[in-house]
Amino acid sequence: MLSAEGLTYAFGPVRALDGISFRLEAGHTLAVFGPNGAGKTTLLRVLAGQLRPQRGCAEVRGGRAAIGWISHQSFLYGHLTVIENLRFWASLYGVKREARDRRAAELLARLGLVERADQPVAALSRGLAQRATIARALMHDPAVLLLDEPFTGLDLAAAAELRRLLAELVGAGRVAVITTHNVDEGLELATDIAFQHRGRFVQLAPRAGRDRAQVADAYRKAVGVSGA
Amino acid sequence: MLERLKLAWVVARKDLLLEFRTRTAILSAVVFTALVLTVFNFGRDPTAVPTIDLAPSILWVTFTFAAMLALNRAFALELENHALEGLLVSPLSRTSLYWGKLIANLLFVTIVEAVGLPLFVLFFDVPVWHVLLPLVGVIALATVGFVAVGTLFSAMVIRTRFAELMLPVLLLPFLIPPLVGAVQVTARLLSGRPASEVVGWLRLLGAYDIVFVTLSTLLFPHTVDE
Repeated sequence: MLSAEGLTYAFGPVRALDGISFRLEAGHTLAVFGPNGAGKTTLLRVLAGQLRPQRGCAEVRGGRAAIGWISHQSFLYGHLTVIENLRFWASLYGVKREARDRRAAELLARLGLVERADQPVAALSRGLAQRATIARALMHDPAVLLLDEPFTGLDLAAAAELRRLLAELVGAGRVAVITTHNVDEGLELATDIAFQHRGRFVQLAPRAGRDRAQVADAYRKAVGVSGA
Repeated sequence: MLERLKLAWVVARKDLLLEFRTRTAILSAVVFTALVLTVFNFGRDPTAVPTIDLAPSILWVTFTFAAMLALNRAFALELENHALEGLLVSPLSRTSLYWGKLIANLLFVTIVEAVGLPLFVLFFDVPVWHVLLPLVGVIALATVGFVAVGTLFSAMVIRTRFAELMLPVLLLPFLIPPLVGAVQVTARLLSGRPASEVVGWLRLLGAYDIVFVTLSTLLFPHTVDE
């Protein structure tokens, strides 16, 4: 469903990706842990098609229309309301009007944004804007979720709801790649775990029942810094 | 094709909605138009050069620079929260994106021209009523050409420093053919010259539109892709 083969990308002399390969089938979530500057965001930008890898290739079944991407940027227009933003982005992904309105109502309810639907995005707090960003990325019911630090700015309740939502989506056959520097954030959803350091996957393995302490310990050994 | 046009309209409608909400660019362009016409009105000596000789140039200089304000904002809108990146990774084709921006810019510039033309008539007392339809036709023909090129250049400069300065510097040389054509046709229309005198210029404007709308559509993907 999602595969990468020898992805390499450099910003000048700095190698952000250095031969990264993996394959994810339906129902799997890959949590990519790594310190700042490890190349996690670049990996998602390449998978999303925003950057063309200098070597290697990435393949997403269903192409661009199948990807839901939460990046560090919301892509939302501040002077449009939340619902207008959701409708606009869904239209670009070919979601028909009826399905669009139904999906928007569902996501607004799940993410606690019903009362904010008619507010301009510029008037939202950071946490609420992040929820709107999540709704924007899920409007077209993507088969592949690329999530770059998706819990940033969310309060505990919203983060828990997002975990539930993502677990449902992956349980229903989607695949997800979550990047984070915090082991606690991504572990709950992960079926596979990768530690990324200086552009490389220094470890890639199924989670296989490892608990938080074991993963944190393995991360510390692989990357040399704490992941908590 | 129909699907691409539909998506282009989705982009254009979003741009117009944003402009309707903020009204910054449209108000600036309209005020700019009024100010330029006012300056020209009081800055000229009507006894030295007849109004009818100056008026066409004044009209087109005003429209051109007012349009720059619209063109500058076309892609600046997409810098907010990096929306352009989102557009480029979505399934939206580059053609739909370009056409959407083109449609929005055309409507925007048309509004500015619709306000500017009556002000022009008011300030310069030029008899346009008997040639109003052909004049509107010429304005439309010239506007399509320069907005098509302007939309392309607007995308090209948006990631550069000083984009607002770069756009006129790059764009103005490309606007010389449609501007010369538009000024010539407008001058002849206002002077009541026979239609046969403007046919060549109209052909030039038509050819410019066809060539540059096509060329800009083809080149646009190369300007936005990294």
